Amino acid sequence: MLAPEKLWWKPMGRMEKTWLTVAFVWCVFLTLMMPLWYFFGKQNVPTETYRVTREQYAAQVNAFVDQYKVGEENGIPVVAPPPGSDVYLRASTWQWYPILQLEKGETYRLHISSMDLQHGFSLQPVNINLQVLPGYDYVATITPTSAGEFTIVCNEFCNLGHHTMVGKVIVK
Amino acid sequence: MTALAPTTPWVAGKKDDYRACPVTTLKVDMHAERLIIANAVMAVVCLLLGGIAALLIALTRWQAIHLLDAKWFYSLLTLHGIDMLVAWIVFFEMAGLHFGSTALLNARHAAPKLAWFGFILMVIGGLMVNVVVLFDANSIVTFTAYVPLKAHPLFYLSYILFAVGALIQVITFFINIVVAKREKRFEGSLPLAVFGLMTAAILAVYTLLQGAAAIVPAFFWSLGILANYDPGIYRNFFWGFGHPAQQVNLAAMVSIWYMLAQMTVGIRPLNEKFSRLAFILYLFFINLGSAHHLLVDPGLTFAWKAVNTSYAMYLAVLGSMMHAFSIPAAMEVAQRAKGYTKGLFGWLRNAPWGEPGFAGLVMSMVIFGWIGGITGVTIGTEQINMLAHNTLRLPGHFHATVVGGTTTAFMAFTYYVIPLIFRKELKLKKWAQWQPYVFGGGTALVSLGMITSGLQGVARRNWDITFAGVVPGTVDLTLAIFGIGALIAVTGGIMYLTIVLVSVFTGPRMEAGQMLLIGGSENPLLESTKLTDEQMEHPKNQPKGTLVLVFAFLVWFAIYYLSNWWLLGRTWFIR
Repeated sequence: MLAPEKLWWKPMGRMEKTWLTVAFVWCVFLTLMMPLWYFFGKQNVPTETYRVTREQYAAQVNAFVDQYKVGEENGIPVVAPPPGSDVYLRASTWQWYPILQLEKGETYRLHISSMDLQHGFSLQPVNINLQVLPGYDYVATITPTSAGEFTIVCNEFCNLGHHTMVGKVIVK
Repeated sequence: MTALAPTTPWVAGKKDDYRACPVTTLKVDMHAERLIIANAVMAVVCLLLGGIAALLIALTRWQAIHLLDAKWFYSLLTLHGIDMLVAWIVFFEMAGLHFGSTALLNARHAAPKLAWFGFILMVIGGLMVNVVVLFDANSIVTFTAYVPLKAHPLFYLSYILFAVGALIQVITFFINIVVAKREKRFEGSLPLAVFGLMTAAILAVYTLLQGAAAIVPAFFWSLGILANYDPGIYRNFFWGFGHPAQQVNLAAMVSIWYMLAQMTVGIRPLNEKFSRLAFILYLFFINLGSAHHLLVDPGLTFAWKAVNTSYAMYLAVLGSMMHAFSIPAAMEVAQRAKGYTKGLFGWLRNAPWGEPGFAGLVMSMVIFGWIGGITGVTIGTEQINMLAHNTLRLPGHFHATVVGGTTTAFMAFTYYVIPLIFRKELKLKKWAQWQPYVFGGGTALVSLGMITSGLQGVARRNWDITFAGVVPGTVDLTLAIFGIGALIAVTGGIMYLTIVLVSVFTGPRMEAGQMLLIGGSENPLLESTKLTDEQMEHPKNQPKGTLVLVFAFLVWFAIYYLSNWWLLGRTWFIR
């Protein structure tokens, strides 16, 4: 709280130097972890993105559902695309459409976009979370490593019915 | 060390409108004093509003109680974010800036009318946004108001008025410093605490400008003048405001840490260069942190995210780790110089634990670093963010930094502002002794409850997670920890408000007689000027205990960080 002496630019003490060095090395390690995982890790944040209009995306989703539909649950189609194919998921207030049926160990190109507000793609209990924006076609290349029924929760506030926006992924 | 008392008259020929503080021997300009009081009062009003909301939304998210309906929950959640994260903290910081740029420099307030104008704009904006959210269902958009959620135009106008008002008050801080320097109120460099506040003020300027870049287009868009507003662009600009705003809090809080340590323990900074470099690191690198909120957004490359989210190379984190050493180390040296040299931690055992300023300082530093800091760095790692984005781990992190850290420190500082600036005797001193522990302890539980719930995938900003139907049973336990913590923290908040209100509204105006509230008649602030270089450099007075503490911190940091990579490695493959 008091003005320092005229000359305060003095060499640091031994302990300050020690801590500064150790802390800096730790910071470098933190920095390196990200590119290391990017090149060697199996879980990376998708970056592939395309501009898309609402109409274009809705048409893609409908064509996808027509092609691979295998059933229906509570009025929502269940769709089983072949491994390696493009899979389309549509977010809108307050629904994830359609229900996806995937195979364990196979890889898919999962497209996600929103028809209206911002939404949050939260796959539970796998706990993978991605942001979904209108106008952006976000492509995640995913490989399910566990089987069972998974829930897609919306975790970005999208008006008063937000908490009811729940979808489903089945992995066999 | 220069003497505290000023020698130069303020403005030749003009009657000085000031008083001399008997405790600190500092000159206090009455214009500045009134501005400090006004801003502090508004801060407390906002804390009260935000606190009521906090209690109600916590009792709703605690799934076993689930108090409010969905509309009230989201509405109060919106207000809680605005009143606490923005209004309470920014009003308090404005009080701090007026204090730092006048009293601490023995200087006058050079632009009081401009500052009052800014203050009034902030009050109008702050109150208007509460009314708009409460009475217009379309304006329930949460604090972030993500486009294309469209609120009432008055909602955006409130943000703009508040931000412009804050910008004006920040500008008077710079004016005061320039005038003080020109009138030779202080010699040489700024005191360290003012240097830290200066960092906060510079950060505030570009934070508020980025806020304008996000909100002004949103205002025109809500009026229908602007047809399209890209949600990705909005997010980038909004977090250019929202994230650095928290770094303004960080710089202001660290300044207050240095002040509290000097006022209660009588520290002299070990090395001014070291501490100032740490503030400079904030200044240059912390603005990159807006990327923390965009890590799982479409459209951004890995390189952009990795560089920005790591503050170039975690250089702002380095700044915090430097302060984490330099403040306790300075306390240790000051304590050892008083003769508490026994063992590694004799200085800590004999610290003034019953003094509210010290208690608040310790709670604030521990919760900020050991819970808030490490979780922030971890979830701000590009890949790990996939596990955490928009889950309760996010609010878990920032309740530790902004509530357990910043708010606890600001509350403790208030207890000294009341006798020294309001010139009222602090009442309910016993409460004030306990309040930092109650509030800090409650907040720590809130954070831990949220973080552990978030680790299990529980979403934030969600009225009822049972729809998700997938949450494991242990979530009931972690949400109960959160709820109980919230009740304790709210109790601490009520204690704070009661102490402040009773002190300010009862009892006569009186000059403060001493610095310490509990500890007796010694004055650590003035004693700190008597610490000699020989005392500081004496081998028995070296901060060995602190070095042990910071290494323990680093180990804890590493364990938490690495276990999150392990968690990530167990999930589905994704690219």
